[in-house]
Amino acid sequence: MSVIAMRGLRKDFTVRVGRGRLRREKRTVTAVDGIDLGIERGEMVGYIGPNGAGKSTTLKMLTGVLTPSAGEVSVCGLSPVPQRTRLALTIGVVFGQRSQLWWDLPLRDSFALLRHVYRVPAGAHAARLRRCRALLELDEFLDTPVRQLSLGQRMRGELTAALLHGPSVLFLDEPTIGLDVVSKQAVRSFLAELGGSGDVTMVLTTHDLADIERLCRRLVVIDHGRVVHDGTIEALHARYGSRRRLVVDLDAPLAPDFAVPGAELVALDAGGHRASFDLLSSVAGAVVAELTSLAAVRDLALVEPDIEDVVARLYRS
Amino acid sequence: MDGLDARVPVISPRRPFRDWVSTFGALSWSGFRRYATYRQATIAGSFTNTVFGFLRCYVLLAVAAGAAGGRPGGYGAEQLASFVWVGQGLLTVVSLWGWTELADRIRSGDVAADLLRPVPPIVGYLAPDLGRAGHAMIFRFLPPLAVGALFFDLYAPSRWFTVPLFALSIVLAVVASLGLRFLVNATAYWLHDARGPIALWTLSAGVLAGLYFPLRFLPDWLAVLLWVATPFPGLLQTPLDVLVERDPAPVQLGLVALQAVWATALITAAVFVQRRAERRLVAQGG
Repeated sequence: MSVIAMRGLRKDFTVRVGRGRLRREKRTVTAVDGIDLGIERGEMVGYIGPNGAGKSTTLKMLTGVLTPSAGEVSVCGLSPVPQRTRLALTIGVVFGQRSQLWWDLPLRDSFALLRHVYRVPAGAHAARLRRCRALLELDEFLDTPVRQLSLGQRMRGELTAALLHGPSVLFLDEPTIGLDVVSKQAVRSFLAELGGSGDVTMVLTTHDLADIERLCRRLVVIDHGRVVHDGTIEALHARYGSRRRLVVDLDAPLAPDFAVPGAELVALDAGGHRASFDLLSSVAGAVVAELTSLAAVRDLALVEPDIEDVVARLYRS
Repeated sequence: MDGLDARVPVISPRRPFRDWVSTFGALSWSGFRRYATYRQATIAGSFTNTVFGFLRCYVLLAVAAGAAGGRPGGYGAEQLASFVWVGQGLLTVVSLWGWTELADRIRSGDVAADLLRPVPPIVGYLAPDLGRAGHAMIFRFLPPLAVGALFFDLYAPSRWFTVPLFALSIVLAVVASLGLRFLVNATAYWLHDARGPIALWTLSAGVLAGLYFPLRFLPDWLAVLLWVATPFPGLLQTPLDVLVERDPAPVQLGLVALQAVWATALITAAVFVQRRAERRLVAQGG
């Protein structure tokens, strides 16, 4: 059975729009428009989409914060809204833009309090905290009140807070938002290690596609509340015709009408000394061999397709 | 990542009550700790309460001196002085003003984090609030009272049960106050901005709870109406009347019983409102 299952999940919001001075009109906005998705134990799923696509709304329905308008949803075999309190014991949630820590208290106190709130045995709590302290390097600010922490420090605290009760499902809503490069890497490698064990199921929403490339085998793209892609990143590239690019530096300039089987010349720079080819298949060997026999190649580089480009195209389409 | 991912069952289900008490206790202690971090604010607040204590005390003593029989509203001079100084201390304990935490969290959407905890939201606010009140009892209640006792003759209770009854009355006042503040703040679920209701609450709480003047100065019918039909006298006036033994013992007990009824009703209402709110909740933003 899937750890997370959604069938025909839907959320409509009613908004009132002013028409003239007194009249107000009700309008229904559909944030999530019939999502069917199953996520298995230990999967790490990237859940992406443009702003307003319905990512956070889905996450809120999965965590029991928001009641679905229609459809079915279950997480760890529980129905999120009616069984929210029980569900809270088995899931961990990190909202990048919100805090679950106590603003006035030092991190250490927040963590101690969470042990009582989640009723975690002292031994298990201490072991997890030790692990997080080592991996996320918390020690230097463990006694600082949360309100004085930098965003990167706070985020590391949030991750720890979400894990201290040993959740089997972790929901991460933009966990790297606003972080600098170093903090992002710290968070990513921590999550990668956590996900590596295969015991924790993770759903991650983000706008930073590097998070996805680093962490998630499976990518779910939603737009206008519907799933538009569900599969690996490679499948996404294949589906949207992303091609790897071969860039060659040549001793002699190349003619603009130069052709080589299996590739397409897309750009000539440096007075014809640098040529870029899009590979028509995924295998570069034959093209490289053909090219070196036809022209004097000094250097070459193979550039992987950029996921940002594919996703940008996907959002626009 | 062993130690992080293994699912660990909650503490033995054979001890639910003990678990519950320990959770409640830890949450209360967190409330105490949170307020203990703001030392300068505590000192400044105590100082202000003391200064206003002098003003109010002199005004009420002047009223007593000018009143026929010297007992306005049935209070003697010592009783009035106690009423003022104990009231100045209790004012912060029952948190008559300035609590907008829930409304702020609703507006910012942080309230979602409250719902993601395995503790009912009301408990998540009530327990820390009792801790906050505990902190206020030590650091906001005692200093003005000590100053008052130095400069004025205060009333010493004569009945053996008055002090324990006063303690119970304070707890009930804090619970009722939290219930009311929760309800006022919860209007933000519907209005998105609770500043209006909070302003109204601040205004009415001061007058109707007996802070500005003892409610016994009002005509009897109006005082009784306020006591029975509104929870406000139970926030401040009742504990003070209990302590200064304004009424005979049966009435003293009856007032505390009425407080208990109001506290229960308000917490029940808060639970109900919270449930309604959750059903239509739109956690803001994100």
